[in-house]
Amino acid sequence: MTDTITPVDDPVPATTRKDWSSDQEVRWCPGCGDYSILAAVQLLMPELGIRREDTVFVSGIGCAARFPYYMNTYGMHTIHGRAPAIATGLALARPDLHVFVVSGDGDALSIGGNHLIHALRRNVNITILLFNNQIYGLTKGQYSPTSELGKVTKSTPFGSLDQPFNPISVALGAEATFVARTHDMDRQHMMETFRRAFEHKGSTLVEIYQNCNVFNDGAFGAITAKQVRDDMLVPLRHGEPIRFGVDGSKGVVLDPQKGARIVEVADVGEDALLVHDEARPDPGVAFMLSRLARGPHEPTPIGIFRAVERQEYGAAVNAQVEAARAERGEGDLAALLRSGATWDV
Amino acid sequence: MQLTGDRFTTSSALVGNDLATLPDFPAEIRAPAGTLAGVSAFQVHISDHDITTPGDAPTVLVAMNPAALRSQIDRVDAGATVIVNIDAFDDRSLTKAGYSENPLRDGSLDAYTVFEVPMTSLTKGAVEPLGVKPRDAERSKNFFALGLVSWMYTRPVDRTLEWIDKRFASKPLVVAANKAAFKAGHAFGETAELFDHPYDVKPAKLPSGTYTNVTGNTALAWGLIAASQLSGLPLFLGSYPITPASDILHELSKHKNFNVRTFQAEDEIAGIGAALGAAYGGNLGVTTTSGPGMALKAETMGLAVSLELPLLVIDIQRGGPSTGLPTKTEQADLLMALHGRHGEAPLPIIAAKSPSHCFEVAIEAARLALTWRTPVILLSDGYLANGTEPWLLPDIDSLPDLHIEFATEPNHTDENGAQSFWPYLRDPETLARPLALPGTPDLMHRIGGLEKTDGSGNVDYDPVNHERMVEVRAAKIAGIAKDLPDVEVSGDVDSADLLVVGWGSTWGAIDGAVARARAAGHKVAAVHLMHLNPFPPNLGEVLKRYPKVLVPELNLGQLSRVLRAEFLVDAKTVSKVRGLPFTAAELEQAILDHLTGVLS
Repeated sequence: MTDTITPVDDPVPATTRKDWSSDQEVRWCPGCGDYSILAAVQLLMPELGIRREDTVFVSGIGCAARFPYYMNTYGMHTIHGRAPAIATGLALARPDLHVFVVSGDGDALSIGGNHLIHALRRNVNITILLFNNQIYGLTKGQYSPTSELGKVTKSTPFGSLDQPFNPISVALGAEATFVARTHDMDRQHMMETFRRAFEHKGSTLVEIYQNCNVFNDGAFGAITAKQVRDDMLVPLRHGEPIRFGVDGSKGVVLDPQKGARIVEVADVGEDALLVHDEARPDPGVAFMLSRLARGPHEPTPIGIFRAVERQEYGAAVNAQVEAARAERGEGDLAALLRSGATWDV
Repeated sequence: MQLTGDRFTTSSALVGNDLATLPDFPAEIRAPAGTLAGVSAFQVHISDHDITTPGDAPTVLVAMNPAALRSQIDRVDAGATVIVNIDAFDDRSLTKAGYSENPLRDGSLDAYTVFEVPMTSLTKGAVEPLGVKPRDAERSKNFFALGLVSWMYTRPVDRTLEWIDKRFASKPLVVAANKAAFKAGHAFGETAELFDHPYDVKPAKLPSGTYTNVTGNTALAWGLIAASQLSGLPLFLGSYPITPASDILHELSKHKNFNVRTFQAEDEIAGIGAALGAAYGGNLGVTTTSGPGMALKAETMGLAVSLELPLLVIDIQRGGPSTGLPTKTEQADLLMALHGRHGEAPLPIIAAKSPSHCFEVAIEAARLALTWRTPVILLSDGYLANGTEPWLLPDIDSLPDLHIEFATEPNHTDENGAQSFWPYLRDPETLARPLALPGTPDLMHRIGGLEKTDGSGNVDYDPVNHERMVEVRAAKIAGIAKDLPDVEVSGDVDSADLLVVGWGSTWGAIDGAVARARAAGHKVAAVHLMHLNPFPPNLGEVLKRYPKVLVPELNLGQLSRVLRAEFLVDAKTVSKVRGLPFTAAELEQAILDHLTGVLS
């Protein structure tokens, strides 16, 4: 904390979406899924009870990374892949701030994969929004680390050969304490998921299926289009049996041999369904749920996969500083310089 | 061996000698003992007069095994004393060190006074009665050697014994063994007839005051803490372990009560990234590294140049390229510091000249970074990092005030009367931009790596604006020169035939060489540069004042290349890239060669 920032005791003023929108013209392609995500965030912010000046959006590079320019908060548009590292330093230095990271599938999972996994395992207090459109947009259409196998793009005219990452699986493997998925066609679901992520103490990873209507149009249409959603999205609700489909006719069971799999509820009975528990200490079941769909063309879970309490890194770092100050007193520079052997001439 | 060398150094400082040290150890943590690659050496130069280098040829060499003898004997002049641990000179060890004949028997050491001391067996004899296992007993033999040399140079005994107590406090048996070995070595020196009389080095005549003994890395860490206190900004270090910079991370991590946060990042990039994030939040952001890490940090330095945020980048140079010589010294990162970023990305560069000077340089680096809102590169090197010297402790009250003002009010009113904060509306004098910290009401703004409009800071692709911004960023850094003191010329200021220009850790050797050349009747002057970008304002005029300009550097001529380009002077290079510092004798010879025209 610096002595230049005076804590304000006044109540947080009521704001509207407009207060959280900057004066900059939004420059994504018309029809881009990023618009609806921006709207969801700008609509949510007035509900969070925080001040604009205490909020910082940090981004790397890519289409999604333009996000901070459109928020009337503090913001930093930084380097490809490095936003989690930069945000970590900011969050450690300034635990009073609300730090968001906006990233894409290339930014977070390719060039910045290392920073993402370490930010997640440390559990530093940053909210990471990962816009996954399964394509490189800003560089105009190369395959990304989440593109499906065999993807034909400018850089893979004969089809991509790389096994894609599943961002939820990656985050769970990286010891993340909060992992969720939402999509750009459902504002209410986005807002609710972002709110939970914001309220979580520690690093959070929210994957947002986001349509790139120029380079990868319809990538998620098979599961997010209104007419198919009921059958193709599997909502995860804490404490409830996992059911989906019109009339909730389908559900998810945990098969000891095959992991999570989809069943007709009528065949197994409701009691056989897996009851979703986002707070399970072991991430194993959440991981199995993350493998339920092999891609966004099969019934796909959305919602909060995992939300567990663990020591928040920044608080722990600052607790060590406070403990040292309490135990040894404020540092005395003159004494420090004399802490080794000294002699007089 | 490094530990005992260090202790001998401290003992010498305590009796008031001036001193300089040169640790020289392998990069491997446990290099095979007895091999040439595994030799761990520690050179210390003690003197009763002011000295500025670890010395040229040592007058005493202690060799614990044949490999140590073989690797170090060439550094010792004829006539010197060589003490060997005779117990280690068996056939197997001789072969391992590459000797086909025993050098103690074949006459190859005839030019030296050789003392053969059975250190291993005497150490075992001294410590085994304590119940120490034979294998562990042998480990105390370095303390036998320390005791022996302490006697030879009349170093105080009691404080070393106290130090052993503290250093190994958790292992009482090790304390007892090391003390017994130390005393045995001391007693051996005293009673054996090998040494006629102890060597007594009188205290140096140093300016009066309180002294301590510091390594460059410790002084640098303390300088960073001082800069934090002087600026009122919490210190944040983002760093990734790398030799020889890690000791700064270690030292700072001990001092959390100074409101210091140290963050061991997942890699070099995250280290500087976190430091930059902390700087944006109003901390004094610092990252520490060495050569390979500098390459990885380059992109973030470029971002810091574009964001115009204060940031300290500390490079403890080592032998390169690539992994190079991790534990050896070099000065070959200067041109990288100057130019190693894409685009036009100027930033200030400063260098420390001695271990204790690292303290002052850290404070100066912070002053430049905070005043001009810019990343600053501070160059030290392996020699300064691990070397020690007595340091006249500064008066804390004499240190500069580094507080800066952060913006608290809007600084722009648009045509409709609406007020806002323009992050790039510069101070007309310094061209520094205003800094508004997150948390400051009404000054919300966005910054980023895209080119921005001067003033408003909005993203701007206009060609003319970009050119103006490139020029403004360059002018801002160049303009720092107006604020720098003139460089001081030492030696024969008015009459020198040759000017020696140095930077960084070559200072001690240059100082010694110039003194020797002048003592021999030559007219020589010297300047030593702390500010390498921008240069001190009078440097060009100084360079043109002297007929010859000589630039010694532990690289192939990086500063001389810059001086030639910048000032059109015929600067000549004296180069050495062996992972070792210059000796004063080498530079004295180079000065004479250039003066007499042997080299020109």
